[in-house]
Amino acid sequence: MDGQRLNPDLSPIGVTAAEPLPRSGGNRRVVAVSLAVVVGSLLFVAAQPRLYRSFCEWTGLYDIDRAEQVAASSIPSRPVTLEFDANSHDNGLRFRPETASLAVRTGEIVNVMYRVENTRNTTVIGQAVPSYGPQHAGGYVKKLDCFCFKQQTFAPHEVREMPVVFVLDKKLPDDVNTVTLSYTFFEVPAGSVTSPAAGKRS
Amino acid sequence: MQATQQVGAAGHHEDDSHGHGPTGLMRWITTTNHKDIGSMYLMFSFVMFLVGGAMSLIIRAELMSPGLQYVSPEFYNQMLTLHALIMVFGAIMPAFVGFANWMIPLMIGAPDMAFARMNNWSFWLLPPAAILLSASIFVPGGAAGTGWTLYPPLSIQMGMGMDMAIFAIHILGMSSIMGSINIVTTILNMRAPGMTLMKMPMFCWTWLVTGFLLIATMPILAGAVTMLLTDRHFGTSFFNAAGGGDPVLFQHIFWFFGHPEVYIIALPAFGVVSHVIPAFSRKRLFGYTSMVYAIAAIGLISFFVWAHHMYVTGIPLTGQLYFMYATMLIAVPTGVKVFNWVTTMWRGSLTFETPMLFALGFLVLFTIGGLTGVVLAMTAVDIQMQDTYYVVAHFHYVMVAGALFSAFAGLYYWLPKWTGHMYNEGLGKLHFWLSMIFFNVAFFPQHFLGLAGMPRRIPDYAQQFADFNMVSSIGAFGFGFSQLLVIVVVFQALRGGAKAAARPWEGARGLEWTVPSPAPHHTFEDPPAFDPAESEA
Repeated sequence: MDGQRLNPDLSPIGVTAAEPLPRSGGNRRVVAVSLAVVVGSLLFVAAQPRLYRSFCEWTGLYDIDRAEQVAASSIPSRPVTLEFDANSHDNGLRFRPETASLAVRTGEIVNVMYRVENTRNTTVIGQAVPSYGPQHAGGYVKKLDCFCFKQQTFAPHEVREMPVVFVLDKKLPDDVNTVTLSYTFFEVPAGSVTSPAAGKRS
Repeated sequence: MQATQQVGAAGHHEDDSHGHGPTGLMRWITTTNHKDIGSMYLMFSFVMFLVGGAMSLIIRAELMSPGLQYVSPEFYNQMLTLHALIMVFGAIMPAFVGFANWMIPLMIGAPDMAFARMNNWSFWLLPPAAILLSASIFVPGGAAGTGWTLYPPLSIQMGMGMDMAIFAIHILGMSSIMGSINIVTTILNMRAPGMTLMKMPMFCWTWLVTGFLLIATMPILAGAVTMLLTDRHFGTSFFNAAGGGDPVLFQHIFWFFGHPEVYIIALPAFGVVSHVIPAFSRKRLFGYTSMVYAIAAIGLISFFVWAHHMYVTGIPLTGQLYFMYATMLIAVPTGVKVFNWVTTMWRGSLTFETPMLFALGFLVLFTIGGLTGVVLAMTAVDIQMQDTYYVVAHFHYVMVAGALFSAFAGLYYWLPKWTGHMYNEGLGKLHFWLSMIFFNVAFFPQHFLGLAGMPRRIPDYAQQFADFNMVSSIGAFGFGFSQLLVIVVVFQALRGGAKAAARPWEGARGLEWTVPSPAPHHTFEDPPAFDPAESEA
């Protein structure tokens, strides 16, 4: 083309060129490559959940607090005696633990049942409140589930077994070898039967 | 010739001079002509621009003063989400596809796009997607209110408006992929004899890279939203922590698409400016080769910087450092481009018609947006600024003053070629100056708001932000209403005005200026002679 320089202003439309078109491949080839890229991208994104997980596990990023867990697990487990106690507050509820004492190890899941019997002819609503002995051991009792989490309603003469599930933290101070878990059932006065949280909102 | 003059007047179109094909509305529905389709893309994007703009004005009205005035927080969230989705996928991207349709065949001397029928499909997928997105406001639960990033867990919990947004994204993705394959094939295979890749117009180069980015990343977004859909309805747990998934995975996938998307919007804008600045400087583009390499480098690096949107998700320090340095690396090729444009003007014989004004506005404001981008790339700074109005200001400087100003530069630059008439220069300049002033009034104060700690995406704010928000809202309304001038300018140019010469700008180069104005319905049915010595390179 260098031989036939044309004034760009005057370059005529429709001059058939002597040279062939500068093709870098037929249209089919460009479309095939493009569609291959599209399919490749789709496969790439489809593989992401698996790749992401493997990458994070390989680099240890998946669990960002794993280091803390490893540190915690390095504390050895040790035996502790648990004692269970129950009191009711002159409200017609007969309340006692099914197990009086238990030998457990720290870091172990403990599941204990408490038994409640309503001796009255009327419905009783109660709330159990825990206390610990020694008092500072309370912070190491990690409860997963407890009947003390909410108010309980007992039909007349109803008997019910209720669980408390917890783990004794391995960081329990070494001088504590016996932990006492004590519950007291208080009657919720009639007329304020909503849960404390709901009561605050209204 | 009648045909191109009747752009925008589909209802009362008389038979075109070539005497074939359906007439009236059916002509526009069935057309395979790149000029018709380009015009439809541009009109569609302008309508969407007005819709998305109206939504942003609802947002700015609510933010005019503290407290809740006009809309509920839920509706506010839906507005900001739809504003973003519509502006990105409905306004800016179709606008540049419209430019590509109109101008690439003319620039490379091709008779039409490579796949004319598919071109028609690419366009006609857009209106259903736009209807799905807009109609989602009216379904129970309203439109998606997650922000355009669609992060789970919120996007898993929303109502059916979210599903409509997901399907709209699927349709838009298909349209983009088809359009890109078409453009890439056209550029690679249909250039005039003698036009080698390194001699072709810069706009074609930017679209070649953009087309590749779209083909590679739109399936990523489609995959991500499909996983959202199955999480929502089919019991999977890709992103649901309760089922063993990870919501952060969505952010990685989204931004692996989302960051190249930023350059999908910016690169064609660079291309338009690379034509306008040399034309009005009466010089060749400075450093053509370095411009091409810069475009390719930006396209490539954009795949490796995605997590700079995610500094606060708990990625490790090594990751933060890598993404920080990689992000700053993009400033190098971008800087090459900015300096090349400036050097193109150096000792040029400059005139300041409307296209040049918009290109210069682009250059100044885009550089400001780029600089705040480098600031935000710094991890230590970003952790402080994440999700504040500083980020909002940053990306509006690159999206609005970058992409939109460049689109207006292109509109005024090529309007004489499309309509055969010169536009009203006075109104064009008025449009530029109103846009320039109100844009800065609207968005510059948002830097201060962000630095002072105002979070984004919240309809209410603390009292101390009231003054800057009032200023910003005034700017936004001024900017919004100034854009209505475009309708007047384009309508006037369609109806009449000074006759445009084949090459109305004396400094303009390229094959598109060798065809008469308005461009005939069919051009370059035989390949034109291309003189490499007269190319931009």
